[in-house]
Amino acid sequence: MSADMFPLISKALGETVYMVTVSMLISSVLGIPLGVLLHTTSKGQILECIPLNRIIGGIVNAIRSIPFIILMVAIIPLTRLIVGSAIGTTAAMVPLVLASIPFISRQVETSLREIPYGIVEAAQSMGATPLQIIRKVFLPEAMPNIVAQLTTVIISLIGESAMAGAIGGGGLGDLAIRYGYQRFRPDIMIATVIVLIVMVQAVQFIGNLLAKKLDKR
Amino acid sequence: MINLSHIEKIYHGPSGPIHALKDISLHINKGEIFGIIGLSGAGKSTLVRCINLLERPTKGKVIIDGKDITAFSDTELRNARKEIGMIFQHFNLLSSATVFDNVAFPLQLSHKSKDDITRRVNELLKMVGLENKADQYPSQLSGGQKQRVGIARALASNPKILLCDEATSALDPQTTKSILQLIREINKQLHLTVVVITHEMQVIKEICDKVAVIDKGIIAEEGDVLNVFINPQQSITKEFISVLLSNDLPVDFRNINISPEPVPEGILLMRLTFIGETANDPIISNLVKKFNVSADLFFGSLDDIKGAPFGRLIIGMEGTQEDIAAAMDYLQEQKVKVEVIGYVSRHVSTHQ
Repeated sequence: MSADMFPLISKALGETVYMVTVSMLISSVLGIPLGVLLHTTSKGQILECIPLNRIIGGIVNAIRSIPFIILMVAIIPLTRLIVGSAIGTTAAMVPLVLASIPFISRQVETSLREIPYGIVEAAQSMGATPLQIIRKVFLPEAMPNIVAQLTTVIISLIGESAMAGAIGGGGLGDLAIRYGYQRFRPDIMIATVIVLIVMVQAVQFIGNLLAKKLDKR
Repeated sequence: MINLSHIEKIYHGPSGPIHALKDISLHINKGEIFGIIGLSGAGKSTLVRCINLLERPTKGKVIIDGKDITAFSDTELRNARKEIGMIFQHFNLLSSATVFDNVAFPLQLSHKSKDDITRRVNELLKMVGLENKADQYPSQLSGGQKQRVGIARALASNPKILLCDEATSALDPQTTKSILQLIREINKQLHLTVVVITHEMQVIKEICDKVAVIDKGIIAEEGDVLNVFINPQQSITKEFISVLLSNDLPVDFRNINISPEPVPEGILLMRLTFIGETANDPIISNLVKKFNVSADLFFGSLDDIKGAPFGRLIIGMEGTQEDIAAAMDYLQEQKVKVEVIGYVSRHVSTHQ
């Protein structure tokens, strides 16, 4: 234990929380609608459009098949275009968001698929528009599942954000590598791992609690 | 009110096209409770979904109140659907919404004001007897209560038509009765046209005015419920009815020889069916007084079909050929349906 540890960890924790929170927000805003589109344009669904469904599905699969560490370096030009630099915490968020959008959209799609079609049919029989069905049937009915799924996404974002340290993104992963590994500081290594464990536990706990509270089935 | 004209529905399955509905034409009058009965796979659910175009017929027209809704635009169709309520076998309630919000759902879709919604929902919940369940979730309700919520929801936007898709098939007999009674009440109170899809003749018997029997995608038989019960034409109809009204002979007659020709010391077994007023008249005692015949009663049941008494007897008649013929003529004059079963030896029948 040394005096420098506390400020180091709290700074790194701040960076991780920042990266994860902002990436999560942006990728949810983009990924949830994409997931809704993935489900509603599939066969027999309210906005059935097989070609569009195949295109979105194909892109989602393609991005999801690239390992994060490779995606991160492969899109450096794009990152530079968006944030003006390929290094730093903000720059690390571009690959994080890009990797999370397809993840979230598949998770949302799965959640929506579990809603019995009868409920959609009932809404149609009452004259609901597709948009009303999405807003008043699909999303509220799937919300407990979506919350549970998004919890998983947050946890994997925490893991990926540690990798982002490799391109100078900062955060807990970066700290563990630079201090714990490269400077032979096992105390920092252990402290980082403990902080990560606590963080993941907390996220999972809150996610479960929220999902359970929302679930009226 | 509802006119289905030459409806065809063809699905394209993996093993080629499936002809689910074949040239179905039906006319359903305003205020009527019209039953459609069929086995699973007969096409009855597809047919009822054609009425509000949840299923679009491959061919044919659906005319509601004189308007061909198959020609409607999406918006026109959505508005037309607000005039057609529907309830389902598995209720299809929103699990994430309270009873109140489920009933409010169709009103929210129509952007009604909050006050209007509250007033209307409370009125509907009172009507279906769930005024104290407004804040509960569907998972906290019994099957019968869920269907009551379904009914309240279906009636929220004051429809003219109510479609019931196997609405009681997931309920126990007791609950089925109470739900059917509720449907009958709202049919009377609101002059609602009701279409009931079922596989149970009991449901038809309890509430329907007219019935159509659907089999393999065609209407096998159609008519007033009472007429269909008394004079079923098709074997599929007879099968449905036999579940309710057994055509089996009493146990003692099952293993003995029944002859179509008169036998010495024999009696003539016949099945008599009484409907309406005649079921209450003392026809058998009149028969014995007026004609030189005796009549032994072997089996009797009294039922009712949508409130009309419906009696069935099996009697054994003894007398000369002429007297029996005259007695049978008399029965038919009294609008009793007579079916001759055959002759049995008196010896057998008295050794029961």
